[in-house]
This record gives sequence, structure tokens and C-alpha cells, in this order.
Amino acid sequence: MSRSPLPYNPKILELFRNPKNLGRMDDATVSAVAGNPSCGDMITFYLKIDDEKEVIEKASFESYGCAANIATSSILTEMVKGKRLEEAWQTSWKTVANEVGGLPTVKFHCGILAVGALRRAIRQYYRIKEKKPEWLPEEQTFEEKQALEEEKLAEMLSKRLGIFESEE
Amino acid sequence: MVESVRELIRAHANIEKEVYLDIENSSPVPEEIVNEMLPYFNKRAYGNPTLTHKLGWEAYETIILSAKKVGEHVGVESPEEINFTPGETEANNLAILGVCLSRRNDGKKIVVSEIEPLNVVNVCKMLENYGFKVEKVPVDRDGFIKIERLKEKVDKNTVFASFSLVNNEIGTVQPIKEVFKTVKDINTNTIFHVDLSDAYGRIPFDVKKVPVELATISSYKILGPRGIGALYVKEGLKIERILEGQIGTQKLWPGVENTPAIVGFAKASELAFKNFENNINHMKKLRDRLIDGIINNIDETLLNGPAGDKRSPDNINISFLKCEGESLTIELSLKGVYVSSGSACTRRVLQPSHVLTAIGRRFEEAHGSILMKVTRYHSMDDIEYVLKVLPEAVNRLRKIYGSMGE
Ligand code: FES
Repeated sequence: MSRSPLPYNPKILELFRNPKNLGRMDDATVSAVAGNPSCGDMITFYLKIDDEKEVIEKASFESYGCAANIATSSILTEMVKGKRLEEAWQTSWKTVANEVGGLPTVKFHCGILAVGALRRAIRQYYRIKEKKPEWLPEEQTFEEKQALEEEKLAEMLSKRLGIFESEE
Repeated sequence: MVESVRELIRAHANIEKEVYLDIENSSPVPEEIVNEMLPYFNKRAYGNPTLTHKLGWEAYETIILSAKKVGEHVGVESPEEINFTPGETEANNLAILGVCLSRRNDGKKIVVSEIEPLNVVNVCKMLENYGFKVEKVPVDRDGFIKIERLKEKVDKNTVFASFSLVNNEIGTVQPIKEVFKTVKDINTNTIFHVDLSDAYGRIPFDVKKVPVELATISSYKILGPRGIGALYVKEGLKIERILEGQIGTQKLWPGVENTPAIVGFAKASELAFKNFENNINHMKKLRDRLIDGIINNIDETLLNGPAGDKRSPDNINISFLKCEGESLTIELSLKGVYVSSGSACTRRVLQPSHVLTAIGRRFEEAHGSILMKVTRYHSMDDIEYVLKVLPEAVNRLRKIYGSMGE
């Protein structure tokens, strides 16, 4: 239980103040969540996909997280816009972190969560379409696994809190 | 990294007003206290108090008089019983480790509450690695120690008990006399330590009325300088040093005494207790206006800790649902309001404040918590300014939260 200094760089601050592509997308083809409200950190990613070309027409997000989470989510929506799903899939959390000018170590997981949500959305898309492109790995990628880990950890911690209720 | 920070600071160039409410984590030292300290850097009493020359004797006199001034407000008469340390973290470490080391053969149990500050919780954790057993007493939804549960946790092997009079995060004022009596009724030999860090200067305490063996006193939380604190140690108590070196006037803490800081601490004590009633009433007025102004005007907010007289006069801790706390501290900073949060995002591990979870706050409730403390130097204008900018800040972040969870 400790804190570290967080000298967020100007790019993160700028995206935190003026996030791009914010909010629910009513005509989204697909959406996915990473994290959950009971663990605090959570992001939702919305994608509108051109079915024929398998291209992301637009992307948007909602975030319940820190400035790093908001900034990485925001920049990710911009990075994947106009990209083919295969290309968008390749975006790793490290690329995203570089794109925002670097993340403090303790905030790596926020960028990872954003990429995790994007990849979940892409998987979800193919699940709905009942398609299985060759480039889509069977196994969960690092970012997806990490998102899962974070959710599990949070669930475990919040279960421990459940003790409070039962005591009374 | 430093470049980034410069940019962050520059982003604050156009703020119209500044209100610093993060007294929990560090505080500004008022001019009158700084002025009192200044001569002690290079004009007088800058010698080592144990040495046989004028500057040393001046330092000695200064330190003893300062110890008297700090102690007298909690009923301590002998300055010998006040031990200056570099801060309340060190005082709490010294109390716990010093007693547990000296009594390690008498029993291996320590009892604390679930909401003690990290400088107690983490020291206890450390002792667990050395064979001690730490019993944590649960608290109710307002943070009050469950006395019945306390009774179950104390026994003949309990060597040490540590409780805060006022909780640092949620401002709960414990019925400390009852807690003390409960522990001592079961085991008179249990050494009782009270952490007064958040009480001193706000909630009265007297070692003659509640005869604890140890008490921690904070300087910066009453607007004295950082780098100094004190531990009251009752005369005759066996306690070991936890650091070694050249021992001077402070028998429990080696090294050269920080005379200017000690002087500042004494001055801060004097000012905190001067016009005590007025100061407290002023703080209460500000506190209640801030709490009511938030709860009544912003939806989905929760007060953490008790309301009214069982709450410390300076403490405001509120959870804003659907609004992450660390983001909120940044958003408010950009508007000139400086606060802290118990959000998991502010910690290195994914866990929100242990105090908030101990009072039964769910993760999403702790996630949007903001801690603020008022001082006698704040004005109603300051509070109105906070109330003016808070709703915009919360609304903007709630927009980012959007429709999730619906
Ligand atoms: S979202 Fe919680 S630390 Fe970034």
C-alpha cells in the first residue's frame, strides 16, 4: 500500500482534459468491457465496423479510471479508426504507451486494460459473425490475460470485503 | 520526468483562486510559525544541545522549553516524557517496535483497529514476520471500534495496544477512554499507545485522565513544520531504541536535534490552543458547510465517517459515485483546489483505502472518495469556491464514465 509520484506527461494531461471519441456509441457494431465497476477501474470500448471491408469506421470509449486510463483509451480510439481489424488487433499496449509519451510504471496496467477492451471487442465481433480469421490467435494475448487477472484480483478483494456484511 | 512535472505545473497558470485542503498529506506552515523558527537556523541556539558552550546551552534550553509547550496541552508535565522524533511516522514506529522489542518475552500479541494509519498497520505487518500476532479489531460503518470484539481480542499475551483517538481519513473520534479501560480491565500489563496525530489541537486529550503509556503527536497536522513529531513516553516505561547513534537530549532518538523544527512545532501548538474554542467552532462551521453543500447539491454522494460531534472538526471525506478519485484530484487541481483520494488508482496495488473498506464501503464507493481538511486559516470564501468548482469537476468526469453499468 504505497504511492508513487505521478509526473504525467503533457500529452496525457491534454487527453485527460480533452478526450477524443468519448461516450456511448448508439450505432456500435460491437462493444466490450474490461475491468468492472466493483474493482473500480473499468473501460468500455465501442466499435462501428464496416462488415465488408472489416474496417473500423469509428471507435469510442467510456472510462472509470485514472488520467492514464482516460488518455490511453482516448488515443487508442484514434489509432484504430480507419484500420482493418487485423491491423487494429496488432496495436499493443506498449505502442499505446509510447503514443501518449510514456506511462509511469504503476500506470502500465491502465494502458493494458484499454488494449484488453479493444481486443475483446474484436473477438466479440467475430464471435457474433461466427467467423474465425486466421490471424486471430486462439489463445488469449498478454493484454487480454492481464485484464482478466485484474478482474479476478478485484473480485477476490471485494469478496474479502463481503466479510463486513456477514459480521453484523 | 521533471520536464513533465513542469508542464503539469504550468497548466495551472490561469487559475483564479487556490484552496489547499490536503492537510492530511502535508501542510503549509503559516508565516508566524516560520518567523518564530528563523532565528534558530543561524542567529541563536544553533549549537548541539549536549555541548558545553553557549550555543549548545541555548539549544538545550530551547528544546526543553519547547517540549514543555508541546506536552502541556495533553497534560504532560515533565518535558523528559516528550521525545522528539522526525515525525509521527517515526513516533508510531518507535512506540510499537520499541515496546515490542523490549517486551518480546512477555507475550507476542498486539491489538490494533482495522483503521489505523499505515505507519501502524505496516509496522505491525513487519512484526508478524518476527513471530508477533496482530489482532485487528473491526469497526462499525462510521468507523467506531466494536468494543465487544475488542474484548475478544485482548488476553494475557497482549503486550501492546495501539489506537488512534481520531481516524486520519474519516475523522471518527473514538471513545478512547472506554477503549483504554476495556484493554486494561482484561490485561493491566498491556502497554497502551494512542496516536494523537489527528486529534492534537482539535480533540482534547489528557494523559492524566486517560493514563496511556505512549502518545504520538504530529506537528504538520497542526500546521507546524514537517520533519518533527513527538512521542510521549510515560516515565519509567521500558522501551528500546530502534535506531542507534550519538544519543543527545532525546534518549530514544539518536542524531543532532532539529532545533528550528522543534521551535516551530512548539509555536504551532501554542497557536492551535490559543482561542481553541473559536478555532474549533470556525472549523466546524466550514466543515459542515462543505459537507452539506456537497451532499445536498451533488447526486450520488456519500459521507464517509460519522456526522456531527463524533467527527473531527477538520475532516471532510466524501465519495462521489461514478467518478474516479485520482482523476478528480487532477481535475480539481486544475481549478486550484488541492485534495487527495482513497481511490485504488492512487495506490500501487489495486486496493482502495483500507479505512474505507473497513467501514464497509464497496470498491466503487471508495474509488471516488475525496479527503479534505480545513484549518483555522481557511475562510468561508474558500469553501464557497470549492463548492462552486466541485460540481463541474464531478460532472465532467461522470461524462467520461458515461453510461457504464447501465
Ligand atoms: S485506472 Fe486505476 S490506476 Fe489507472
